[in-house]
Amino acid sequence: MITLDMVYWLAGAFFAAIAIINARDGENPKRWGNTAFWGLVAVSFLFGSRLGDFGNGLLVLAIALVGGLGFLGQGKPKTTDAATRVASAARRGDLLFLPALVIPAVALFGGIVLKDATIAGHPIFQPKQATLISLAIGAVLATLLALSLFRPPLHAPLTEGRRLMDTVGWAALLPQMLASLGAVFAATGVGAVIGDLASTVIPEGSRIAAVIAYCGGMALFTVLMGNAFAAFPVMTAAIGLPLIVNHFGGNPAIMAAIGMLSGFCGTLMTPMAANFNLVPAALLQLPDRDAVIKAQIPTALPLLVVNTALMYFLVFRF
Amino acid sequence: MLTLLGIAVVIAGFVLRFNPLLVIAAAALTTGLAADMGPVEVISVFGKAFNDNRYVSAVWLVVAAIGLLEREGLQERARVLAGRIAQATTGRLLFAYFVIRQATSALGLTSLGGHAQMVRPLIAPMAEAAAEKTLGDISDDTRHTVRAHAAAVDNIALFFGEDIFIAISSILLMKGFLEQNGIFVEPLHLSLWAIPTAIAALIVHGWRMLRLDARLAQAERAA
Repeated sequence: MITLDMVYWLAGAFFAAIAIINARDGENPKRWGNTAFWGLVAVSFLFGSRLGDFGNGLLVLAIALVGGLGFLGQGKPKTTDAATRVASAARRGDLLFLPALVIPAVALFGGIVLKDATIAGHPIFQPKQATLISLAIGAVLATLLALSLFRPPLHAPLTEGRRLMDTVGWAALLPQMLASLGAVFAATGVGAVIGDLASTVIPEGSRIAAVIAYCGGMALFTVLMGNAFAAFPVMTAAIGLPLIVNHFGGNPAIMAAIGMLSGFCGTLMTPMAANFNLVPAALLQLPDRDAVIKAQIPTALPLLVVNTALMYFLVFRF
Repeated sequence: MLTLLGIAVVIAGFVLRFNPLLVIAAAALTTGLAADMGPVEVISVFGKAFNDNRYVSAVWLVVAAIGLLEREGLQERARVLAGRIAQATTGRLLFAYFVIRQATSALGLTSLGGHAQMVRPLIAPMAEAAAEKTLGDISDDTRHTVRAHAAAVDNIALFFGEDIFIAISSILLMKGFLEQNGIFVEPLHLSLWAIPTAIAALIVHGWRMLRLDARLAQAERAA
């Protein structure tokens, strides 16, 4: 049986390789920061199950400190130059897309067709984890296919992977950190407090009021926090789960999916989402810092209405 | 009410532009302490959650293959394909980019677009060139409007495309959160229900893009 732990070991080995390549990159003045950051992430993936809760807590604080206090830098990864890439793109053509398409294809095939498949009575995948495991297998197969099609140096998947991970930097850990914050919010009842506040304005027994409060709350909270990932655990614990799912019997997958997309409508409207809204305004030398937001609002607001309507008509039906 | 202090920390931290990793760690600790947990207990709760949510970051395994393909010219090839639709007006060009960006995001290829990689070097100049071709000399205001729309198309197509891919981090965040609350959902179901909104985004923004040429012409006449 292929388990999620095996995926973690693979990811741990990958992050460890990134740490080692960074340690050997003399071009990066902050190389030991990068080494420490990816090394700590590797420790989490390889040994997280044995560290205990408090050990993992210290580990995540260390990751936040190394990543958050500016210890990460960029080296000069050895990769192909622009001219080589243009020539390579012309030579290889659309074949370049093939390995990239292998990843979603394998992930979908494994997640749908092989989900509950068995060999001699043993399940292929750990129950409930088929999609993630298939994705990891897809990533490995895509890498092998690209290696055999294009014959780059064998270390290229690791050095190129390291190049991309260092470009993403600490932001790579942001979703996992926000998910963890959500768990702390849940453990301390933050959602319940907001839910109590919300229940003072949501009329008793009104499905549509609950849906409007949840979708609108996701958008509003995202505008405030700049990130739908941060808003999701709070608003879902406050309104989505207790009211829409538990009280009115709504479908949790629909509630979560459309709730998150309502949050994305908020992302389009807030300067707090600097990466998406302020950075391009600067990149494109726009005199108005909010020009991109202004171009987005006439789409974001109708979509928020559409999301609210979709949620109302779908979540109680499936 | 004191438990809401953590949310105040998140908002204050993001407003003051502190590093988000630090903001989140501070908010987690604040929330736990405000809820009368001891320091060790707070750190343990946060650590357990981090460990339980490792699969959210396990998706980064795919960058080995993507980085390798970039090395061989993936983005350059994407640019060639985008260049073939250069015969269009601003609105049609941005509409075409919207469709491509949304479709590739839905397949998990979110790194094929982006403001630094695609919009600034390629989409914005092509959209401006198309506007000049149809409207002649354009004012700075119109030029800036076109550029802002190029960036907006990238964002909107990404946001309402990526959630169709089962292994994008937002899908995994939802799965993780529901699981902590005792509800098991397959990522596939979450991505399936992102499709109606994706279609709505295509219709709403596509309609706006196809009307953009007329709006730009009107603005030019008024200027």
